[in-house]
Amino acid sequence: MPETPSKPAPAAGAPAAPAEVHFTVNGHTLAAAPGTLLIEACRAANIEIPSFCYYPKLSLQAACRMCLVEVEKIPKLQTACTTVVAEGMVVHTETPTVHAARKSAIEFILTNHPLDCPVCDAGGECELQDMTFRYGAAVSRFDEPKRHRDEQQWSPVVYYDRPRCILCYRCVRVCGEGMDVWALGVGNRGILSTILPNHQDHLECEECGMCIDICPVGALTSGAYRYQTRPWEMQHVGAICAFCGDGCKTTLGVRNGVILRGDNRDKNGINGDFLCVKGRYGTDFTRHPERLKSPLVRDASGELRPVSWAYALETITDRWRGIQAAHGQFGVIGSTRCSNEESYQLQKLARRVLGTNHVDHHRSADFPALFDALAQPAGAAAQPLPQLADSGALKTAKAVLLVGGDPTQEHPLLAWNLRWAHRLAGASLYVLNRRDIRLRRQARRMALLTHGTEADAVRYLAAPQRGDPPQAELTAVSPPGDKRWPQTPPSTPQPIPGGLEEFRAELAQERDVIIVFGPELTGDAVQALVRFGASLPGHTRYIAMADNANSRGAADMGLYPDLLPGYLPVADGAARAHFAAAWGGDIPAAPGWNQRQMVEAVDRRELDALYVVGANPFRLDPVNAANLKSCFLVVQDLFLTETAQAADVVLPALSLYEKSGTVTNTCGEVQSQRRGGSFEGAKTDMEIIHALARLLGADFGRPDADRVFSEIRAQVNGYDVSLVQLMAGRGALAVPRDGAAPRQAAPQMIRPNHDSLFTAGTLGRYSATLNAVLEKHSRP
Amino acid sequence: MAERPAYPAAHPAEVRVVSQRFGDPRAATLAGYLDTGGYQALGKALGLNGGEAMAPEAIIEEVKKSSLRGRGGAGFPTGLKWSFIPKGGDKPKYVLCNADESEPGTCKDRLILEHDPFAIIEGITIAGRAIGAQRGFIYIRGEYRYVLDIMQRALAEAYAAGYLGANIRGSGFSFDILAHTGAGAYECGEESALMESLEGKRGIPRLKPPFPAISGLYGCPTVINNVETLASVPPIILRGGDWFLNIGLPKNGGPRLFSLSGQVQNRGVYELPLGFPLRRLIEEVGGGVLGGSLKAVVPGGSSTPIFTAEEALGLNLDYDSVGKAGSFLGSGGVVVINDRTCMVRFALRVMQFYRHESCGWCVPCREGTNWLQLALTRFHRGDGRPEDVDLFTDVAQNILGRTLCPLGDAAAMPILSIVRKFRSEFEDHLHGRPCPFAAESSAVPVA
Ligand SMILES: Cc1cc2nc3c(=O)[nH]c(=O)nc-3n(C[C@H](O)[C@H](O)[C@H](O)COP(=O)(O)O)c2cc1C
Ligand code: SF4
Ligand code: SF4
Ligand code: SF4
Ligand code: FES
Repeated sequence: MPETPSKPAPAAGAPAAPAEVHFTVNGHTLAAAPGTLLIEACRAANIEIPSFCYYPKLSLQAACRMCLVEVEKIPKLQTACTTVVAEGMVVHTETPTVHAARKSAIEFILTNHPLDCPVCDAGGECELQDMTFRYGAAVSRFDEPKRHRDEQQWSPVVYYDRPRCILCYRCVRVCGEGMDVWALGVGNRGILSTILPNHQDHLECEECGMCIDICPVGALTSGAYRYQTRPWEMQHVGAICAFCGDGCKTTLGVRNGVILRGDNRDKNGINGDFLCVKGRYGTDFTRHPERLKSPLVRDASGELRPVSWAYALETITDRWRGIQAAHGQFGVIGSTRCSNEESYQLQKLARRVLGTNHVDHHRSADFPALFDALAQPAGAAAQPLPQLADSGALKTAKAVLLVGGDPTQEHPLLAWNLRWAHRLAGASLYVLNRRDIRLRRQARRMALLTHGTEADAVRYLAAPQRGDPPQAELTAVSPPGDKRWPQTPPSTPQPIPGGLEEFRAELAQERDVIIVFGPELTGDAVQALVRFGASLPGHTRYIAMADNANSRGAADMGLYPDLLPGYLPVADGAARAHFAAAWGGDIPAAPGWNQRQMVEAVDRRELDALYVVGANPFRLDPVNAANLKSCFLVVQDLFLTETAQAADVVLPALSLYEKSGTVTNTCGEVQSQRRGGSFEGAKTDMEIIHALARLLGADFGRPDADRVFSEIRAQVNGYDVSLVQLMAGRGALAVPRDGAAPRQAAPQMIRPNHDSLFTAGTLGRYSATLNAVLEKHSRP
Repeated sequence: MAERPAYPAAHPAEVRVVSQRFGDPRAATLAGYLDTGGYQALGKALGLNGGEAMAPEAIIEEVKKSSLRGRGGAGFPTGLKWSFIPKGGDKPKYVLCNADESEPGTCKDRLILEHDPFAIIEGITIAGRAIGAQRGFIYIRGEYRYVLDIMQRALAEAYAAGYLGANIRGSGFSFDILAHTGAGAYECGEESALMESLEGKRGIPRLKPPFPAISGLYGCPTVINNVETLASVPPIILRGGDWFLNIGLPKNGGPRLFSLSGQVQNRGVYELPLGFPLRRLIEEVGGGVLGGSLKAVVPGGSSTPIFTAEEALGLNLDYDSVGKAGSFLGSGGVVVINDRTCMVRFALRVMQFYRHESCGWCVPCREGTNWLQLALTRFHRGDGRPEDVDLFTDVAQNILGRTLCPLGDAAAMPILSIVRKFRSEFEDHLHGRPCPFAAESSAVPVA
């Protein structure tokens, strides 16, 4: 039965648990919080306990028996991975008995292991190799035939090799408990035991590859990477995923400039070990045969012909100078996948060199509306907005309200964190949506709207007295059971009586809520949401969900017709003066055209030049090809997109993985990355922007990301983030200052992609792996 | 109580308590069960016959007094086990009857299930009353498919007559029982694996703690007992704990069923007082060793360490004596082995069973039983090496005490004892010599 709506009693009445228990390991006295597992307590004290089946935050298995230790007063060896520390416990981890037990566990595991390390993908980064080296015996006493079973392909990305499998069940748990997909299971028994996919001989799943990366050995391998290289032949470069707005850290495996894989085995980013199918396997767009290798200029016959960089850049600046001389109109459309530095320099080029405020990007979240709504009334001293949550805050949240969006499909890391909060932190998730999204399975309450929009519902939440609530059906799930053992799929959500009124009443009881909202909320609906949030007890915080890797950065860096970097209004004299001083030149005062207005201006033949960087606006706002004749179109991209096909000049750009710089995820976490891959013939967007500026007589300095980031830190509201934190690979939250953002007048410009797990705009279309997966999933 | 057991006692020493209705066709129906003294214990417990109902604590007290110990294998005192169930609480409580009987050498629960199904139902109901449960389950070994039919017929009759269901016979006590079969896995007799299986999951054991009394079936407080244990409860309640205790020995109350098998004349199931001498079981009750003289005895099912003839003949069959002698009374499966049996082959046969039945969850049991089975096969074939003998001990020792559930120990203990006690037989297989018992070895007792 679903849990009835009741609030936990205040902690005050409960008997105080002891803050710490004390125990001894190998003669050292240690202390840990009650309930700590011995294996964790030892590791925290740098006492090594080998393990295979234990994996932090997943349920306990006690299966591999690698972690056996001696506990005084208990005759049998105990598994450190399941033993909870107790006051006065005396533990020994380095006795001859313990060593013998470890050696024996390795010996047993190896009896049916093929030891085909020389051809195994995991060779060199295999936990079994490392453990055998440390704890195993030099000789094998097993002299019997090993069981052989053929390797199986379960999906475009997942391959399973049973002989290598040590049955640690990590894959099963991460898929079920972590992903809530439950596509893997254990079949047969005894020596015939095996991991099984959910559809007999193949998987129907999210193809995230979590199972592959969590596998301690080479039993699960990835179709995108297998047999391509030895791990030690690659460089491992920390990068930020180029796909969605969540900004997962990914470690690129790069050999000779070619990106062979993405994973996050070092677990040191904001995403821990999480990556979705795009982050892990989508990197192969960088190797697509149709990538642009040379600048193209449309010749007299109307064909795009390869030319040299110098020729292409001069062609552009010659035309631009002519248009400037004729006081023509320039438009600039920037990218949601370039670095912050590039977006910043691009709008600087537009405003300060081309003299235009017709600057925009493809918007998918109404950040200005949020920051405006959070601002104190005019006149109060400007303060950093403390109401923004980073992605990690979701993991420890007590309560989360999710309005609109579908994080499982569009924001896989946020969805992972929300599931984590539900499973491990007992968070109460409230979901308000028109669609029956998958996170309903974790939602303490879901209001499924049957009439009206999320915006209507939020307006009702903010002002219930103003009218009847939009109709909604409520469902509830029971809280998760034993976190340790055994783990089962969450119970099916059950319908419960009530509607938005009850939903609102229950939310009103929650403290310290984090509100996450999708593109369904724009403009005044965001204002209403913040009014409702302000009425909740405690400290309410917000996350707005935008689509792409640097959607938030594009917004923060001022790729707006009416907003300068840091959301300062272009119409504001002081703001203009600030940047004019920083950039050494005037900025036009009148707000410019947004993306749609620019395209309309093309159609009216009023736009003379359009410079598109890493965007494909004509897919969203098609133009009449005939009208393009009077507009000089320059497109800078990786591929010949719909927009690039119409261009007069096409410039081949490098991808996010092939440059250094910072990006900002949808929560505002700034992360820095280093160039991973390289690609002959293309240049970074920054190199191109700087070269164009130079040819137009403006010196933007060396195209060096660190240098430009210093300028951003100094000039852009909210970006004076901690460099130490950036260096450490953590995200530093960029917090715009209060009062900075004026309400935007164009909520209709928030146009989300509604990507699925397997689609990702242009980049996705050029990823062979994503296409293979998509093709499989679109078969009936 | 039956006037006369339907099957005559095979030996004057037999005490027919649990087996009182064996062979009595009347016990197949509720009416016949009532005719033969059935449901008088429940009547006493619930105060149905005019008397005062027993308090749940009093039922537990009576069972404690009887010194009834679990007949499933571990021999844990039943009354004590019941008393671990927390009083009150808002979770439902359950009684599970473990009818998975799969230990080689053991075939006694089957007889109770076939011959006296209502006694089990009555025992479960009394246990439910004692611990405050409202629902019980009977988990029946997959291969005993026909037993499910017997049980379901009996349950239906008990429901129809108001001995199960809401407000049993107007007592105010309500209790339901559901029978369910396994799918043929020995491991599903292990209590926590049984619960997993009953919940519809793969039959693998759970981590302990928590123990079933706190978190058992569906995470609720649960008592799990063997069929024979539960069938012993009605006589204890009816005739008193002291009566039962006095049949056996202190701390070893009552008689129990012994499944006597192997190379012995009168193979069968006998109910004998605890403490009965093993020599008399083999010689008098069993009518002596078949086809040779005694070489070894397995005292309590295939997982218990073996005794040599010499050790066996001085042994009394109660939990404590067998324990002191280095083995276990286990499930009461006594396997007699004559001197024409190859102990290597016997060890191999036992290992085949455990390799086949290991659930495979944990490494030492899964890989160790496989290794031992392969190596013993090779060894028995004549391809043994001198160092193999120590290897068997070593591998078994590496399983022992290091697995998640006791099946690992169950696999390791017999082989350890066999190698230790019959080492010379292993050595006789070395150096290309054929198995000295090659001509006899069709007579391996464990089928
Ligand atoms: C591998 C394994 C198999 C078992 N099989 C059975 C069984 O078939 N029947 C049974 O009653 N107990 C079996 N047990 C013992 C049970 O776990 C449990 O101890 C018993 O059912 C408790 O009942 P009791 O206290 O009445 O003996 C088995 C134990 C293990 C480790
Ligand atoms: S790829 Fe992801 S969803 Fe698919 S089986 Fe592996 S963990 Fe589960
Ligand atoms: S496939 Fe890998 S992760 Fe899964 S059980 Fe086998 S060894 Fe463990
Ligand atoms: S000891 Fe054997 S049966 Fe028990 S959990 Fe381990 S593998 Fe399974
Ligand atoms: S890590 Fe403890 S048993 Fe596997």
